[in-house]
Amino acid sequence: MMKPKTEAELADMVGAASGPLHVFGGGTRPIGHPVTGAALGLSDMSGIVDYEPGALTLVAKAGTPVAGIEAALAGEGQRLAFEPMDHRVLLGTSGTPTIGGVVAANVSGPRRVAVGAARDFLLGVRFVDGRGRVLKNGGRVMKNVTGYDLVKLLAGSHGTLGVLSEVSFKVLPTPEAVRTLVLHGVTGRDALDAMTRAITSPFEVSGAAHLPGDDPRVLLRIEGFAGSVAYRVDRLKALLADLGEISVIDTPEENAALWRAIRDVEALKDRAAVWRISMTPGAMMTGLLPALGDDARHVQLDWAGGLCWLGADTGAAELHGRLQALVADRDVNAGGGGHATLIKGDEALRASVPVFQPQPAPIAALSEGLRDRFDPRGILNPGLMG
Amino acid sequence: MEMPAPNPRVLSLKPRLVERLQAVLPAGAVIHDEAETRAYECDALTAYACPPLCAVLPATTQEVSDVLRICHEMGVPVVPRGAGTSLAGGALPTADSVILGVARMNAVLETDYDNRFIRVQTGRTNLSVTGAVEADGFFYAPDPSSQLACAIAGNIAMNSGGAHCLKYGVTTNNLLGVTMVMMDGTVAEIGGACMDAGGYDLLGLVCGSEGQLGVVTEATLRILPKPEGARPVLMGYDSNEVAGQVVSDIIKAGVLPVAIEFMDRPCIRATEAFAKAGYPDCEALLIVEVEGSDAEIDEQLGLITQIARRHNPVELRESTGPEESARIWLGRKSAFGAMGQINDYMCLDGTIPVSQLPYVLRRIGEMSKEYGLDVGNVFHAGDGNMHPLILFDANKPGDLELCEAFGADILRLCVEVGGCLTGEHGVGIEKRDLMVDQFGPDDLDIQMAVKDVFDPKWLLNPAKVFPLQASQTRRAA
Repeated sequence: MMKPKTEAELADMVGAASGPLHVFGGGTRPIGHPVTGAALGLSDMSGIVDYEPGALTLVAKAGTPVAGIEAALAGEGQRLAFEPMDHRVLLGTSGTPTIGGVVAANVSGPRRVAVGAARDFLLGVRFVDGRGRVLKNGGRVMKNVTGYDLVKLLAGSHGTLGVLSEVSFKVLPTPEAVRTLVLHGVTGRDALDAMTRAITSPFEVSGAAHLPGDDPRVLLRIEGFAGSVAYRVDRLKALLADLGEISVIDTPEENAALWRAIRDVEALKDRAAVWRISMTPGAMMTGLLPALGDDARHVQLDWAGGLCWLGADTGAAELHGRLQALVADRDVNAGGGGHATLIKGDEALRASVPVFQPQPAPIAALSEGLRDRFDPRGILNPGLMG
Repeated sequence: MEMPAPNPRVLSLKPRLVERLQAVLPAGAVIHDEAETRAYECDALTAYACPPLCAVLPATTQEVSDVLRICHEMGVPVVPRGAGTSLAGGALPTADSVILGVARMNAVLETDYDNRFIRVQTGRTNLSVTGAVEADGFFYAPDPSSQLACAIAGNIAMNSGGAHCLKYGVTTNNLLGVTMVMMDGTVAEIGGACMDAGGYDLLGLVCGSEGQLGVVTEATLRILPKPEGARPVLMGYDSNEVAGQVVSDIIKAGVLPVAIEFMDRPCIRATEAFAKAGYPDCEALLIVEVEGSDAEIDEQLGLITQIARRHNPVELRESTGPEESARIWLGRKSAFGAMGQINDYMCLDGTIPVSQLPYVLRRIGEMSKEYGLDVGNVFHAGDGNMHPLILFDANKPGDLELCEAFGADILRLCVEVGGCLTGEHGVGIEKRDLMVDQFGPDDLDIQMAVKDVFDPKWLLNPAKVFPLQASQTRRAA
């Protein structure tokens, strides 16, 4: 396996490659079509390059463990606000998640509904393209419109446009207090109604999830200064009082554990196949889920209903086709866009279905054109995104 | 500023072009009379002007598609135009180009509060997007200072920011989807009303591409519930270093204000003479605004003023109500007008790492003496976005060129300390030739390769963003 220690070594390895490369960070997120190629791991390119707490910016090499970054930030009372998911629980993988992997897969967690995704916090990238050139875009300042925004393009491109060598982020302060308001016994439209009321209120909810099943409940997270949190919890209780019984989770430990479990989709860890579906909350909960009927037995809703994690044990290939067809159906998904992506599935399944949502012709043509320009030899994780 | 020589072949096509455009557009939507095309000769960077071949004002996505298909077939360059408020020359025509204005496309197409989005045609002004939803308690967050006039189309093209982006982000963070017409007339739907689309982030790529990848005719925008209230605190300090430290300490204390504005002494004095807002005569002035309920605001302002006091302010004034808030903001909001009273000015837009603020201000002061031109600084201090205003006399021969050279030096300084050429105005023609100071040849090549994919003939918004020399072979192909 190739394991470059520096950006220059990385560029040499890519430039000298004579065939496909399988590029990865810590290897904890085997998402997409299985890639056949020489292994290129980034975990030896590790370390925080620059961290300015007073400017809310951090620069790190792509192979830096996420845990190391989170620890450094915690030391200054700050955090990655987009709350990147750790895929090891759901996918049953081992290894060390890297910050480059977070960027490559644009991984965000429950707080995405309030503050934005990984791509919204990403300020700059350095990467090596398919020709072995070292390139940079963006920088380490919060406001930057100098030239085209390739930073966003690289986020979520799964190593198919370039191999990330360095990333810079905007970080945010960790609030002093957190509470979770639990609304018990709600399902379907009532659950949607509760999350919608909360997220469209001025009371700044930083997480809005719904766990159906035997003990169905809606979870609403409130963070900030202690006085403000207490005030907003009261206002939200009043706002939702007619929908069901409400309790409040107070302790920092319980809150951390609860939202980590939601972030990492622990509820579906025993399912053989798991999809990640993005639509508007309304389309998701009044269109897609009713249409799926019994096939929506194992779900976790996040982002106020805009993100659905759906699990299945059998019939995954067939269900996959149905999910992607429903997302593309304007009668179900009036707002357009969105996707159903297979996140967990064995290699045979991932090799046999379009893992990522198929795109309309003009978009597919642009994507193909970009891939040709960034990687003319087609050697970077070829086929991973279909 | 060098612009490419107009293509004589294209100039000779005008009669045929006008005829074909008139055939697909309603009466009055093709402006080709030489006196009338002058209305489109420049944007808000008025130092440069050039009337276009003609201007078209389509009213639908289909009409935009027809116009682009015709221009594509005939090999005619197209300059998309929102409201023409660009300070970077983003909508400056060339003599052989068609101006495609979206001003007639300003409808609200859909409002969905439950799913928190609004879909509009992109000729709609920024402020009127908020205007369409504020009665129901919502707003659209990006607030460029030209928001009364500027169009969403231009906001998307330049990825516009504003004073409140420390908390809410800039256009790209609030844009969910677009309908974009490609140069060959193909209509593409990118993104949608949901929180993330599949595949590559083409939406992120299109936002901020300065109208060079396609013409965006419709946009789906995130709308947010209005906060219960907002109040600022004003503080004055005797040194830029101390003010910079206060900003850093506030951020480190875990407060996330919606705005942190900074003004230096030349700017304070100019605005005081003009607006009489009662600002202290000091080296550096900060306005910090927070949001929430009254009690939440008190809690945050309490923390902020505690930090402010530790650094011995010459003045500390906390707003307790709307009138006092308005007085605190009065001087800041009239800063540009005040500087305009003194002289002509050029407004720059570089961004620096916040920690470099004292050094950069000191260097700007030194350069001001070397160039013999005064400069005042207004600054979104929370995010490092500087707006130095260089004063010059447009009637004095050579003064504009001197001012441009000084501006270029300031922007190079921003890059040198780890920042960038432009934080929210865009490159346009204004900073085009400075791109080589921020990017290497390969960094520019990969950006131009993106344009190759979207607009292979390089017909959209010519001569912007990339140095002419760097794009020479691609434009000639």
